[in-house]
Amino acid sequence: MGEIHVMREQFLPPKPPPRRHLISIGDLSREDVERLLATARSFSRSLEREVKKLPTLRGHTVVNVFYESSTRTSSSFELAAKRLSADTMSIKAAGSAVDKGESLKDTALTLGAYDPDVIVIRHPQIGAPQLVARYTGAHVVNAGDGKHQHPTQALLDLYTIKDELGRIDGIHVAIVGDVLHSRVARSNVQALTLMGARVTLVGPPPLIPRGIEAMGCEVSHEIESIAAADVVYVLRMQRERMQEGANYVPSLREYTARWGVTPERLRPGQKVMHPGPMNRGVEIDPRVADAADALIETQVRAGLVVRMAVLYDLLTTGPVGVRTPDPLEVA
Amino acid sequence: MLFGKAGPGLDLLVRGARVLDPAEKLDAVCDVRVDGGVVSQLGTSVDANGHRVVDGAGLVLAPAFVDPHVHLRVPGGEDEETIASGTAAAAAGGYCAILAMPNTDPVVDSAAVLGSLIEDARAEAEVPVGFLAAITRGQEGAELTEMAELAEQGAAGFTDDGRPVVAPGLMRRALQYHGITGRRLALHCEEPTLSRSGQMHEGAVSAELGFAGYPSVAESVMVERDLSLAAYEQAPLHLLHLSARESVEALRAAQASGVAATAEVTPHHLCLTDEAVRTLDPNVKMNPPLRSEDDRAALIEGLRDGTIGSVATDHAPHARHEKEVPFEAAPFGVTGLETAFAALYTSLVEPGLVALETLLERMSAGPARAYVLEPPRIAVGAPANLVLLDMQATWRVEEDRFRSRSANSWLLGRTLRGQVRMTVAAGRMAFDG
Repeated sequence: MGEIHVMREQFLPPKPPPRRHLISIGDLSREDVERLLATARSFSRSLEREVKKLPTLRGHTVVNVFYESSTRTSSSFELAAKRLSADTMSIKAAGSAVDKGESLKDTALTLGAYDPDVIVIRHPQIGAPQLVARYTGAHVVNAGDGKHQHPTQALLDLYTIKDELGRIDGIHVAIVGDVLHSRVARSNVQALTLMGARVTLVGPPPLIPRGIEAMGCEVSHEIESIAAADVVYVLRMQRERMQEGANYVPSLREYTARWGVTPERLRPGQKVMHPGPMNRGVEIDPRVADAADALIETQVRAGLVVRMAVLYDLLTTGPVGVRTPDPLEVA
Repeated sequence: MLFGKAGPGLDLLVRGARVLDPAEKLDAVCDVRVDGGVVSQLGTSVDANGHRVVDGAGLVLAPAFVDPHVHLRVPGGEDEETIASGTAAAAAGGYCAILAMPNTDPVVDSAAVLGSLIEDARAEAEVPVGFLAAITRGQEGAELTEMAELAEQGAAGFTDDGRPVVAPGLMRRALQYHGITGRRLALHCEEPTLSRSGQMHEGAVSAELGFAGYPSVAESVMVERDLSLAAYEQAPLHLLHLSARESVEALRAAQASGVAATAEVTPHHLCLTDEAVRTLDPNVKMNPPLRSEDDRAALIEGLRDGTIGSVATDHAPHARHEKEVPFEAAPFGVTGLETAFAALYTSLVEPGLVALETLLERMSAGPARAYVLEPPRIAVGAPANLVLLDMQATWRVEEDRFRSRSANSWLLGRTLRGQVRMTVAAGRMAFDG
């Protein structure tokens, strides 16, 4: 009898095809991220011009499908597509055929019939973007699927950090709060470690998923440990995901007292980020949110150019590493 | 306790196969003749006596398989499976008998529902079927079913499969009372406040993917509780679809101290780990979930040393549209009847992890003994329950080849080695591939 741990090759997950979609940060290499950030940087310069619209994606169609409420992500994708002269269409679950019980597969087939170039989807269930990718020919961009991934959020956070601190490699980021329910945290751990940053997750034990250290981050349950970080990334305390009686924390009051990010818990010069929307007075003290070291509005601005870069990259670069484009060259 | 189509007994001669019956200590190249559905002769140069002759050269003839855990979905889920389609799938998978679970709509918790299933099985079943009845009415975990009457009607055992018996006091009553029936109690071990809305095994993969975790301990605390109760009541029990190392270890210790506990493991838990969930394929979503490589190793070791005596498919057909949804929205369960042997041969026997003899025993005599059924055997005078296997053949698992009404297999598109060529069940030709 041989060793038991031998795993037969045919039972392993099949290898992914060349990248056509942005579903997870795991789809990207370090070079991909660097190219995307450079492209976003070019776009930010173009936005300083008087005429902000670029003809780059003229004739392309971008469909936004949002099954969850969203302000900043949906508006930022829509504006990003418009800035690149793509035709856009935005569909919200409320008031659509989804209300009539249409399955995601049928919605995907219906939208696919218009031959859109990109479908941007936000959905409360993990695996929804993969499903849309399976049933349409469009490039699929994940704008948040359940607690899984929100890759464009992580990219805009990388962009913000690089913009503010000049680099990502070697930067120490503390991510504080409800990691368990946070797709932002997962995408950011992957993205930050990919780019050479050090990540510490900080929060109450029930809100830090067991085994997450395997992603290459550290874990602390003490709020004091944020003092060592260059950037403190505060997660939204997701009250809507706190099932009744789940007892992840005894009360929001105790959470705030123990893990709230207050000026007293920060060092001078530490940058503070938050993916929004904030619960002022819960996970973040209003004085922190409004301080000069808070990068929250910078993040929103970065969101626009990063999403422009993602759309541009999927529609022009093709599989990874074909060529490094200059987006303004087309303009 | 087993019910199927009646028919004239088969006359057949299988010539020159490697006849392998581990329980009978039989391993020889010889001829096997069946007269009127009964094994009549073993030997060399056996006279065909005008019977059909099947050339078994290069093939293995073994006792056909017994699947102790199948969801036939009737009554209520006829779009997903029926007695006819499920037993045809079983026959194609080499099974001569299967046990059907009672978590149907309505639940099999009364003699009336059970009686009508038995009647249908007599008309439709390609291989004999035993029906388990529920432990509690409506599987609601509150009141015991009328077990004595259900046993008289022909229930093959009792289970609330799909759900645990949550209240320890009720579990104890079930262990005390079911003894009068002589049938087994089969337990789905899951502590619901620990598994909660868990979608997959809790570990590094669930942490990364963001799925709510269903930890191993949700199973093992219930296994430990039920083994403690069984020890106290000196009652036998059968543990369904074990998935975690801690469960196997608790069972091994209980067996060593004299508890009459048996257990089963599924092909998917023996072949896959939670790494497979990275594909987000709804066909790797099942309850209990795929666990870690360490758990898989413990299950294989348990199968080898006999702690786990049975392979069970937990064949759980689902309509196509139910699985064509995001992973998180998909129901638990995968099919397995038509792929179990080939998957395990390819994954465990070929690489040398489990001996062929062990696998054959755990797929046939093991589950039969667990439910106090007559084990299939190849011996003169025994009813013919035979499977003819081709270990050289490779085949691709394809949706349109299934006899099951559903195709939610975790093996779609995979190429497997080992193919069932023929199945004889209770003296009838059930599958002639």
